[in-house]
Amino acid sequence: MKLSTTKQLFPILLAAFGFLLMQGCKPKGAQSAVSGDAASKVYVAPGKYDEFYNFVSGGFSGQMSVYGIPSGRLLRVIPVFSVDPEKGYGYSEESKPMLNTSNGFVPWDDLHHIALSVTNSEHDGRWVFGNGNNTPRIARIDLKTFRTAEIIEIPNSAGNHSSPFITENSEYVVAGTRFSVPIGDKQDVPINTYKENFKGTVSFIGVDKTSGKMNIAFQILTPGINFDLARAGKGKSAGWFFFSCYNSEKANTLLEVNASQKDKDFIMCVNWKKAEEYAKAGKGVKKAVKYAHNTYDDKTHSATSTMMNEVLVLDPKDCPDMIYFMPCPKSPHGCDTDPSGEFIVGSGKLAATIPVFSFTKIQAAIAAKDYDGSFDGIPVLKYASVLHGEVQKPGLGPLHTEFDDKGNAYTSFFVSSEVVKWNVQSLKVIDRVPTYYSVGHLSVPGGPTKKPHGKYMIAYNKITKDRYLPTGPELAQSAQLYDISGEKMKLLLDFPTIGEPHYAEAIPASLIMKNSQKIYKIEENKNPYAALGDKYARVERKGNEIHVYMTSIRSHFTPDNIEGVKLGETVYFHVTNLEQDWDVPHGFAVKGANNAELLIMPGETQTLKWVPEKVGVFPMYCTDFCSALHQEMQGYIRVSPAGANVPLTFSTGNPAPASTEKKDTIKNK
Amino acid sequence: MKKIFNISFLAVILIIAGCNNDKKTTGESTTTDAITPSGGQEAVKDDESAKDVVKVAVGSKDHTTLVAALKQAELVTSLSNAGPFTVFAPTNAAFDKLPAGTVDGLMKDDKKADLQNILQYHVAVAGYKTENMQDGQVIGMANGDNITLSVKDGKVMVNGTATVVASVPASNGIIHIIDAVLLPPAKQ
Repeated sequence: MKLSTTKQLFPILLAAFGFLLMQGCKPKGAQSAVSGDAASKVYVAPGKYDEFYNFVSGGFSGQMSVYGIPSGRLLRVIPVFSVDPEKGYGYSEESKPMLNTSNGFVPWDDLHHIALSVTNSEHDGRWVFGNGNNTPRIARIDLKTFRTAEIIEIPNSAGNHSSPFITENSEYVVAGTRFSVPIGDKQDVPINTYKENFKGTVSFIGVDKTSGKMNIAFQILTPGINFDLARAGKGKSAGWFFFSCYNSEKANTLLEVNASQKDKDFIMCVNWKKAEEYAKAGKGVKKAVKYAHNTYDDKTHSATSTMMNEVLVLDPKDCPDMIYFMPCPKSPHGCDTDPSGEFIVGSGKLAATIPVFSFTKIQAAIAAKDYDGSFDGIPVLKYASVLHGEVQKPGLGPLHTEFDDKGNAYTSFFVSSEVVKWNVQSLKVIDRVPTYYSVGHLSVPGGPTKKPHGKYMIAYNKITKDRYLPTGPELAQSAQLYDISGEKMKLLLDFPTIGEPHYAEAIPASLIMKNSQKIYKIEENKNPYAALGDKYARVERKGNEIHVYMTSIRSHFTPDNIEGVKLGETVYFHVTNLEQDWDVPHGFAVKGANNAELLIMPGETQTLKWVPEKVGVFPMYCTDFCSALHQEMQGYIRVSPAGANVPLTFSTGNPAPASTEKKDTIKNK
Repeated sequence: MKKIFNISFLAVILIIAGCNNDKKTTGESTTTDAITPSGGQEAVKDDESAKDVVKVAVGSKDHTTLVAALKQAELVTSLSNAGPFTVFAPTNAAFDKLPAGTVDGLMKDDKKADLQNILQYHVAVAGYKTENMQDGQVIGMANGDNITLSVKDGKVMVNGTATVVASVPASNGIIHIIDAVLLPPAKQ
């Protein structure tokens, strides 16, 4: 009996365990979709460095963040278009001009896209550019200091979305306007005169080869449509730029419906070499505009804002063979060129296919005038003539495509929440993986260059429901890291991001880390308010202003006792950090200031403006834990009533106990 | 039943093993191994910053005994820290003035605590510049004992025995070079 029971039970148990086994190993949800060796692939041991820097747009945070890949560790948040009280960016007198625009001081923007500088279509690790969407601007960040070095405003533009993509040798970054707007003198027009009065522009912003300094070289006037994304050609197509555009219906209301009427919108092909020639040949018209150009000087540690008043505009009517439209299905979003420069991938948000265009065929069609009519006088190339082929039924809602080093493309699908890997030549789908959830942009290290590093792919997702511990109605948006070294993509890691990540780029660490600056040399400090040593520390009255020329070094301020300020006066603390030691900033804050702190790098001078509103003694202190005696790094400033006769005095260091009011100071000269 | 239990136990093991199989397939490191900081801040590669008190001492040919002693006493990491430090740095000649065999004795492993005590008696966690030093000023040192300064005609002496012959600023403090070794007061 016993034996037979066992015999009967055994198959049942076996079946049960078989079921458990299947349940146990089958990917049920996101957690179990991760392969067993994922942790070891993203583990970067303490003291070891990540292999790649990942520069990630912060979206509506207005900033750019830097992560290590494969660990997903946040290394830095770089303030770009938004004020950052943590670093005093936009609060210190020196940094305020960086955020100046033709609309005055704008403390926020929406940073969507990243463009790392390139030489011969490969990352060179010098600068990273970011776009300001709302008040059209482009910023350049210096990768020696990881600081915003320059911001240029774009006139005749609104919603600078199609930006800041970059040409093969960083000759230009571009700025295509999302919104078409009234251009020229007639600004006050009825909105429903869109079709006659609204125009688009794409701007080419020159980048100086050595300094990186930007200037708006020329703008191309376009029909009144919406520009979305863009990519430069590479290699054979390097002289061309491709811009996706939608709303060829020219709707000015309810675009959700009205801009989705037509079967096809366009990718606009710009022969920028030709445009450059036209600009040089004087074919453009200088138009009166107003835009700010802000630069940060590493020697004066100060930003300067210059208001510019002219821009060169090229009208395609006067410049034949400069731009062409290429039909692309259903409101194209992504517009990406493959590493060879031969293929241009359009991603129609509402399309059921991914069209892949051939640069060779585009050139042949142009040469043969193989047109399908024109759009606002601009030739439209015949779809069938320029098409390499279509990826059929790849997924729902294609958005963006990146490339690896093996001829494969990776396209994100927002609606079906997945990434699809396909071969650029054969157009065959190779693999697909889910994302969690609703993916936007993708980044492969070196993905937009001639030489991608086909090891990782990072997906930036819009929705994070249930992925992390809940934190109320809003959750941190996420990035997901995939291993793409094999045939199949493998999910390795989730990591949270700041703001909303849109486009991102990743670059080998070796291209940047060797150039990273450690200090600002004190002998090169040319800030006019610097005190280059304790003996230069002083307090001066200039009319209604009190200027405190203060020094900070472990672990004191000089001066640290100030008296004689009167209510109604404005105090400027010019604080020079005398340290010459890597990673030893000093902070500065004063009680009650309607302002942020200063965070002053070694060798740098920064200024905090303070308008006292009360009589009293106000403490000030170092906010960045600098040393064992950080907590001792403090001082006082006394504010007296407007009519008081307290003389202006300042001092530091008084070992003897205070006896009377005035005799106890060591005067600084 | 026992047998069933055993079989099912085996099955569980198989399940675990089955699910874990691919765990064993990696071993390859994905990270940049180029620089792997080991030890404390003294190991940080940095040719741009000003030198800290340790690097200043290392760069002085008159302080080889002090540097060797700091290493033996394992104080290099601490003194490469953010500080701020005031270091009274006896010269080689100052060490030579000690009774024969004193330094050699202190450099023995079993005397490490004594050496640490003496060296910490030369370090204050604060930035004391000579211009801020007062006659009769008492300063608490890192080992817990005090020194007393005398300032006469601009000459600073420590405990009445060692003269400050020069002062050298460093990134994380200041070094006052002295011509005699300071000996901590005998314990009560």
